[in-house]
Amino acid sequence: MSALHIKKGSTSHSAYELRDPNGEIIEKHTLAVLVENEPGVLARVIGLFSGRGYNIESLTVAEVDHLGHRSRITIVTTGTPNVIEQIKAQLGRIVPVHEVHDLTVEGQSVERELAMFKVAGTGDKRIEALRLAEIFRANVVDSTLESFVFEMTGTSEKIDAFAELMRPLGLIEQARTGVAALSRGPK
Amino acid sequence: MTRQMTGADMVVQALKDQGVDTIFGYPGGAVLPVYDAIFQQNDIKHILVRHEQAAIHAAEAYARSTGKVGVALVTSGPGATNAVTGLTDALLDSIPIVVFSGQVPTFMIGTDGFQEADTIGITRPCTKHNWLVKDTNALAETIHQAFHVATSGRPGPVLIDLPKDVQFADGTYVGPQKARKSHYQPKLKADIEQINDLAALIEKAERPVFYTGGGVINSGPAASQLLRELVEATGFPITSTLMGLGAYPASGDKWLGMLGMHGLYEANMAMHGCDLMINIGARFDDRITGRLDAFSPGSIKAHIDIDPSSLNKVIQVDLPIVGDIAHVLEDLLKVWKSRGRKTKDISAWTKQIADWRAVRCLDYKNSETVIKPQYALQRFEELTKGMDRYITTEVGQHQMWAAQFLGFEDPNRWMTSGGLGTMGYGFPASIGVQVAHPDSLVVNVAGEASWLMNMQEMGTAIQYNLPVKQFILNNERLGMVRQWQQLLHGERYSNSWSDALPDFVKLAEAFGAKGIQCSDPKDLDDAIMEMINYDGPVIFDCLVEKHENCFPMIPSGKPHNEMLLGDASTEDAIKSDGAVLV
Repeated sequence: MSALHIKKGSTSHSAYELRDPNGEIIEKHTLAVLVENEPGVLARVIGLFSGRGYNIESLTVAEVDHLGHRSRITIVTTGTPNVIEQIKAQLGRIVPVHEVHDLTVEGQSVERELAMFKVAGTGDKRIEALRLAEIFRANVVDSTLESFVFEMTGTSEKIDAFAELMRPLGLIEQARTGVAALSRGPK
Repeated sequence: MTRQMTGADMVVQALKDQGVDTIFGYPGGAVLPVYDAIFQQNDIKHILVRHEQAAIHAAEAYARSTGKVGVALVTSGPGATNAVTGLTDALLDSIPIVVFSGQVPTFMIGTDGFQEADTIGITRPCTKHNWLVKDTNALAETIHQAFHVATSGRPGPVLIDLPKDVQFADGTYVGPQKARKSHYQPKLKADIEQINDLAALIEKAERPVFYTGGGVINSGPAASQLLRELVEATGFPITSTLMGLGAYPASGDKWLGMLGMHGLYEANMAMHGCDLMINIGARFDDRITGRLDAFSPGSIKAHIDIDPSSLNKVIQVDLPIVGDIAHVLEDLLKVWKSRGRKTKDISAWTKQIADWRAVRCLDYKNSETVIKPQYALQRFEELTKGMDRYITTEVGQHQMWAAQFLGFEDPNRWMTSGGLGTMGYGFPASIGVQVAHPDSLVVNVAGEASWLMNMQEMGTAIQYNLPVKQFILNNERLGMVRQWQQLLHGERYSNSWSDALPDFVKLAEAFGAKGIQCSDPKDLDDAIMEMINYDGPVIFDCLVEKHENCFPMIPSGKPHNEMLLGDASTEDAIKSDGAVLV
């Protein structure tokens, strides 16, 4: 059996199928993951995403049931529909994970993010920043003669919009929590 | 039962309560208290390996050949890092093992202490779950949970990291009955509507095939029994992955042989041409599917798996069923029978398969002067097939030839590294099997390169008088690498040979074992019998053809119906009509 004479660089050099990753629709989903609050559980979730090449757009985690030792991890992720399904199945397989909910498909949900912005400036820019903050219902939580720290809660899009407006007005630093989300309705 | 004892004693007590009688390990500073506890009892036998990787592989093979949990014990730092390959191997092949690793005392964790490593961090992605136990009072419960997690759902390796102060301290022991139940309870039974749907598909199929995998073996002997019943009742042909060999007997007339990259022509062609594929406990691995967009284009696909993440991971299937194989097959048989045991006439399909079989894809050009590796395995099969026999393998060409040429009549008789492809697996695996089955014939079909990766285990074999047979098909090459370089990399044989091999006969003798060398086909039968009949470990250095390639082969990026066949059968195939390929 002689050589197959396969062109250099051809995917036939690999036993793995080399696929075009841009060929499919990418969706954004918000997942709520209820986990046992034990050491390392966040590392397991993050390790799953990095190890299998999934995306994390944002991730928040906090204990939500002190007595029951439960934490809630809210993950905003992107991927093809198949990848999203795979992410949910893989999350469900982690031993300390109790529940996985895809808030994007399980009915309507509300999503909020908290952000803080430090805006420094004087004169017209300072006045304009304060005026826009009022429009956006951002609160002033710290002020000096040449700076404000605004605090606001809203959807990620609203916070993005506010950040864009503050940029030319002296935005020097911002901190964001990432998305927290709950499904709408009584259940 | 609750009582006070040290953490080290708890490890031993919990193992006894879990029904463990054998563990594989290697001592070191951070596990000395547990070793001290082992010294002071007689219920649990400890097998001292010569390298921690071997302890894990031995435990894996012990588990695979018995259906029980394999247990290993290693020290902190290098002991734990040496275990990583074995853990990953067990994860990819879904083998239930529990590994204990020593750790520096809790108050030293994070100080870069002597032989400290972040074992939990390192092993997190290569275990199903792992635990760092910081309180002796939590130890017993953690061990019981570890056994539960390792064996429930899709089995896998777990690790418990034991800081030395936790081993020394006293705490309250709880037995398995009293331990808190884990919330981890994977679903075993499938929805009955899905079973009904599958029965309906079976009734309509004209070109069906069962595609089975390691999940059948992992589900236990009942699953293999039910599978046989299902195959006989429906008359459908069946193929299996490397991991699933033995679930259906190789002598069965519905048996197509293994499928996949080096699978049989008839098996791969049946997969490509079927109209109903029933995947039972396999996972559409890339060595099975070949090119995805050309994988079995005309079939309805059903997939039964206990792990929901296996479903629709690689191949989108029409009927995904989550459940344990034995439970699902039992329900399926019941439902299908109650619907009237109907199948279509599949005789055209069986005729087609017979034609594919007639290609005789495993044919090779034999030689009177040189031992062909296929011939060596054919003779070995012929001389040992009736025996109480367990086979392990290393990884490479010899592994594929073993899968092609050896027949397995029962599950749990075939131990090979499937998912991870770990060279060095087979020798320690043969030790694990022989410990579990002291009176059986245990043979490691090896290549010389793989075998050298864990050859230190000769010491273990001798120390415990384990009569493992190392059947080395020696081509002085990394055969599979060489084959790929020949076919795909312009015959540039980069680093795929070794010109400094040991004299294996002298090596055997140096350890106190028996060495046999054979290079003449005429002497082969006698030499094999000499190996089998020798009461003790044997290294059999079988000098084989150096440039033999392993066929059939689905070249990379090709679909199932574009297999390469060896020279002998290609000539035949081209003469007959319906010739394919290359």
